[in-house]
Amino acid sequence: MRLPCPVCGERDLREFTYQGDAVRLERPLPTAGGDAWDSYLHLRDNPAGLTRDLWQHGAGCGAWLVVTRDTVSHAVHSAVLAREARHAD
Amino acid sequence: MRIEGKGQAERSRKVRFQFDGRWMEGVEGETLAAALMANDVRLVARSFKYHRPRGILTAGSEEPNALVTVGSGAARDPNVRATVQEIYDGLVVESQNRWPSLNWDVMSLNSLAAPFLGAGFYYKTFMWPRAFWEKLYEPVIRRAAGLGALSGQSCTERYEKAYAFCDLLVIGAGPTGLMAALVAARAGADVILCDEDSTPGGRLLAERGEVDGLPGPEWAASVVAKLRDLGVRVMTRTTVTGAYDQGTFGALERVAQHRAASGDLPRECFWRIAARRAVLAAGALERPVAFAGNDRPGVMMAGALRAYVNRWGVAPGKDIAIFGNSDDVYRTAEDLIAAGLKVAAVVDSRSGPPPEHPYPVYRGAVVTGTQGGRNGVSGIRIKTAGGEVRVKADTLAMSGGWNPSVHLSCHMNGRPVWRDDIAAFVPREGAVPGMTAVGACNGVFTTRGCLEAGVSAAQVALRDLGLDVGATTVPSAEDVPYQIEPLWNVPGKGRAWLDFQNDVTVKDVVQAAAENFRSVEHMKRYTTQGMATDQGKNSNVAALAVLADTTGRGIPETGTTTFRPPYSPVAIAAMGAGAQGHGFAPQRLTTSHVASVARGAPMIEAGLWYRSSYFPREGERTWRQFCDREVGMVRGAVGICDVSTLGKIDIQGPDAAAFLDLVYANTFSTLKEGRVRYGLMLREDGHVMDDGTTARLGPQHYVMTTTTAAAGAVMQHLEFVHQCLVPQMNLRMISVTEQWAQFAVAGPRARELVNGVLAAPIDDATWPFMACGEVDVAGVRGRLFRISFSGEHAYEIAVPARFGAALFDLLVTRAEAFGGGAYGMEALNVLRIEKGHITHAEIHGRTTAFDIGMGRMIAPGKDCIGKAMAARPGLVGPRRQQMVGLQPLDADKSLTAGAQLFAQGAVVARETNEGYVTSVCHSPFLGHGLGLGFLRDGRARHGEVVRMVDQLRGLEVACRVTDPVRVDPDGGRLRG
Amino acid sequence: MVELMTKSPCAGLLPITRGALSLSEEDAGTVTSLASYDGQAGALSEALQAAHGVSFPAPGRVRGQGGTLCSWSGLDQAFLIGPEPDPDLSRYAAVTDQSDAWAVVRLTGAGCEDVLARLVPVDLRLRVFSPGQSARSLLGHLPVLLLRQEVESFLILAFRSMAGTLVEDLDTAMSSVTARSGG
Repeated sequence: MRLPCPVCGERDLREFTYQGDAVRLERPLPTAGGDAWDSYLHLRDNPAGLTRDLWQHGAGCGAWLVVTRDTVSHAVHSAVLAREARHAD
Repeated sequence: MRIEGKGQAERSRKVRFQFDGRWMEGVEGETLAAALMANDVRLVARSFKYHRPRGILTAGSEEPNALVTVGSGAARDPNVRATVQEIYDGLVVESQNRWPSLNWDVMSLNSLAAPFLGAGFYYKTFMWPRAFWEKLYEPVIRRAAGLGALSGQSCTERYEKAYAFCDLLVIGAGPTGLMAALVAARAGADVILCDEDSTPGGRLLAERGEVDGLPGPEWAASVVAKLRDLGVRVMTRTTVTGAYDQGTFGALERVAQHRAASGDLPRECFWRIAARRAVLAAGALERPVAFAGNDRPGVMMAGALRAYVNRWGVAPGKDIAIFGNSDDVYRTAEDLIAAGLKVAAVVDSRSGPPPEHPYPVYRGAVVTGTQGGRNGVSGIRIKTAGGEVRVKADTLAMSGGWNPSVHLSCHMNGRPVWRDDIAAFVPREGAVPGMTAVGACNGVFTTRGCLEAGVSAAQVALRDLGLDVGATTVPSAEDVPYQIEPLWNVPGKGRAWLDFQNDVTVKDVVQAAAENFRSVEHMKRYTTQGMATDQGKNSNVAALAVLADTTGRGIPETGTTTFRPPYSPVAIAAMGAGAQGHGFAPQRLTTSHVASVARGAPMIEAGLWYRSSYFPREGERTWRQFCDREVGMVRGAVGICDVSTLGKIDIQGPDAAAFLDLVYANTFSTLKEGRVRYGLMLREDGHVMDDGTTARLGPQHYVMTTTTAAAGAVMQHLEFVHQCLVPQMNLRMISVTEQWAQFAVAGPRARELVNGVLAAPIDDATWPFMACGEVDVAGVRGRLFRISFSGEHAYEIAVPARFGAALFDLLVTRAEAFGGGAYGMEALNVLRIEKGHITHAEIHGRTTAFDIGMGRMIAPGKDCIGKAMAARPGLVGPRRQQMVGLQPLDADKSLTAGAQLFAQGAVVARETNEGYVTSVCHSPFLGHGLGLGFLRDGRARHGEVVRMVDQLRGLEVACRVTDPVRVDPDGGRLRG
Repeated sequence: MVELMTKSPCAGLLPITRGALSLSEEDAGTVTSLASYDGQAGALSEALQAAHGVSFPAPGRVRGQGGTLCSWSGLDQAFLIGPEPDPDLSRYAAVTDQSDAWAVVRLTGAGCEDVLARLVPVDLRLRVFSPGQSARSLLGHLPVLLLRQEVESFLILAFRSMAGTLVEDLDTAMSSVTARSGG
């Protein structure tokens, strides 16, 4: 598997670490309440198809990325810097 | 035998090799199979289950029968295909799965028991009693059924892994692949061409046809020369074994198997090839026909026979019969006659008038059986319209048609498509993104058709790559249409083999269907069809055709089993190349490593780091003596410990303070410059992540310390928080762990020692507890932190790592002069347990700030990571197991880490468990055993006696619950 | 007052030669990490140009030559290799001394691309990775910064503590590449 790092270009999987669903970007307010926090921390969709997840290019530039890919076809559609993707969609 | 004047193998160099102890002569570079054939060896192996005598079936990597063991001792390599192994001078080969010898194999009695050993035999027989599995069934089955044996020794051979990149990967160097590579390379594409053979050319090497007016092998060699000139990387002996995501392919290169002395050469190299586009030109595999006795030595594939005759100039016999269902039978006969061999009969299962040939032809006929002994065929039985005919023959070549090698096209879950006209599966278009399957592996079975397919595949790839497609002419070549009538098995008495390697017969498949294992995946598992090392390359399609017939379904409806990587076996040693011994994980060594080892310190691994356990001295014999003495040095004089392995993260920027307030439970924006503060870091789920001290070096400049174990995880966490949660915060972080060599100087005489190495002496006023700053250390710009893990008056001195070794020597020498010295991890652990300091033994991922008595560190006036969840009712309160100190009532008893805690008088059961022990030591300072642990509502139970029960070691110790801090609770020693 | 002696990361390990390939330790001078603050990339580049004659490199690029190199080294980050950094740079960037954090080795000779292909999962073909380019990646298990300075000369920076593993891994690959070339 190869991922297109927006900084370094396409790189081998071993340079990256999977870091879970991109929902981790949407940290609730401290006052959001138990349900919101439970959902943020523990509840995940398990889609057959498009998914957005976080990857860290830890053995490369160090950037955290939001990767859009397909869990069925394994196609990777895009990878953008998490710090820029956060409020993009 | 060798055929005069035939064969392309370089005849000049003769070599000697050994087979089952017998020295034989061969030609260097030819396959072992060819060499054995030249030496008239027909019986090469015994089969997996029935120990049937077996010969050579094929001339390629699909070989199911002729598996041998190469080499001896630790380097022995079992299950090597004789059809792939090239011979060299001194090669030593042994046959497998026989005892006492290949000719007289006791276990061939299995064959007589065959009626009982059919499909599902193991499942039905070895059900009970359970105890029999280990004692009887397993050992017996393992001895009776098997292939070659491993040496059982550690692998001494070198294996290798490597990466390669290209615009276009061409898989297979037959006419299709050669043409595709040539067209692509001429257009400027960076091409890798892989072929599993030692010589490129594919079927061109095995057939007599011409290309562009040249004999096939010559044309292939001329194209290869052009490719090399164009910079194409031609990788021979390289099998592309798997197709993976985003154009990644695995490939196994045999680097040294064909050489006598390899030196530093790896035996094999496992390549990961990243290709922008790929052309699959893997060719096709000829399939056997199932008839009674079709596994007898001397029965082989017709295409393989042509390869032996035309390419290697050897033949398995002189009197050869041919059986098949396409014009390949006549092609084979003509090649044999051209080589001066006798064609005993041609049996063509297709109907129609027999063509004119100078040899007997039986049209509309089938072979129903073979005669002969252990050493092979002596004759065949033919069923013709006019009745049975017997023909004397020492060899039978068979051809059931060709199966395109669709394997790689299926590795990403693409299912192949059935084509009636060629009675075979072809790859589904687009099954692997970026890869096009063409030529014989796409069902094109003429040389001319393959050359054309290679050109057009290259053109498609070039357009995708954005390269100009030049004009290309397709060379002239044979273009005879392929006409076939399906023939899978010949009904009749006797066992008709499908899977030669796993000994699966037509009867087994029929029986599986009868027992309702009708799905092809169920049939496979019930009969073990296709589950051997050859993965059923020449048998799967026939087996599912038999299943389709038996169940009354069509072949497409029956479907195939799943093709998975690798295409052919890959040694674990190749995939794990470089990971043996030191290669398993990097070693991180501190600057004091060499000096510590020189002082006799045994090393203990801490993550990737190596740290000193203790520093033995003369006259001491046990680790307790070393450890107790080192603890005493720190409590009584001064000790030196390398703490460079702790993570150090440099954090700078206008928002550095605000960021630390977010990632730490407590507050850092209020920390004064030149001061250090202990910090507690939580995970977002409210549990403790890590702890450490952070120093403020400037208004916008902090240096954070993490534990050794969590350094990487903390760095990752901080980057997550910054980049993903608060990207608007303006700060930068970088690890400086490697930049600084840092040593703890601890003990009542610490300041005295430190002042001896600093240019400007310090005192309590200039450098109070938790002060930090830059200092001149023996002329070097260093940093000094007054912090303590031991509970003693202590400092940590940091210098740039190049000075680390020298400073360690200096500090230890000075400490020894003060009656102290170096101390290691054992003493460090005792000191911190005495002081009640936590490590990851306590903050193991399930404990909260509340549990470790630091609940109040979560600052009320600000948000922090983990704050919301740390306040959950389940994570605080008296029901939580809280950290306590533990002291055995009997001073001679010791506690054990991992033991469980129970109330006095309670029954020892899961339900009554109240806690556990995390860290233990013998405290030389207090003179008894000591522990830290977690106990339900523990902070309210100081003074109570509880039972420590270690069920693993059968120990029980009564111990008193105490405050975790047992040394200097008021901090007098720390500040004094 | 005593004097503290220095010890280089690869002391006692290098140089080594295998056939046409050689590996040696490099004294790179001062290594400084420069991480530009938000919105300060341009100003940092200008300050770098003024003080050291090199601009801040784009990702995967190396600026400068001889005694002053500036190599991209990560997100928003570059390493100034050679000179002592101008104090003015810290107005625009987090400036951190990394001189002692890295083992710096040079791999040269015919086949050095093949040596790295055994360890580094990055496309190092000349047409893709030419002199003047750099990459952060892995060498075996080790995080590295790789600089191609000439067609057959790479500068490799790995963590100081892992210098032994770095040399061992490279030595193995060098000897196996040499064996393949018949050397």
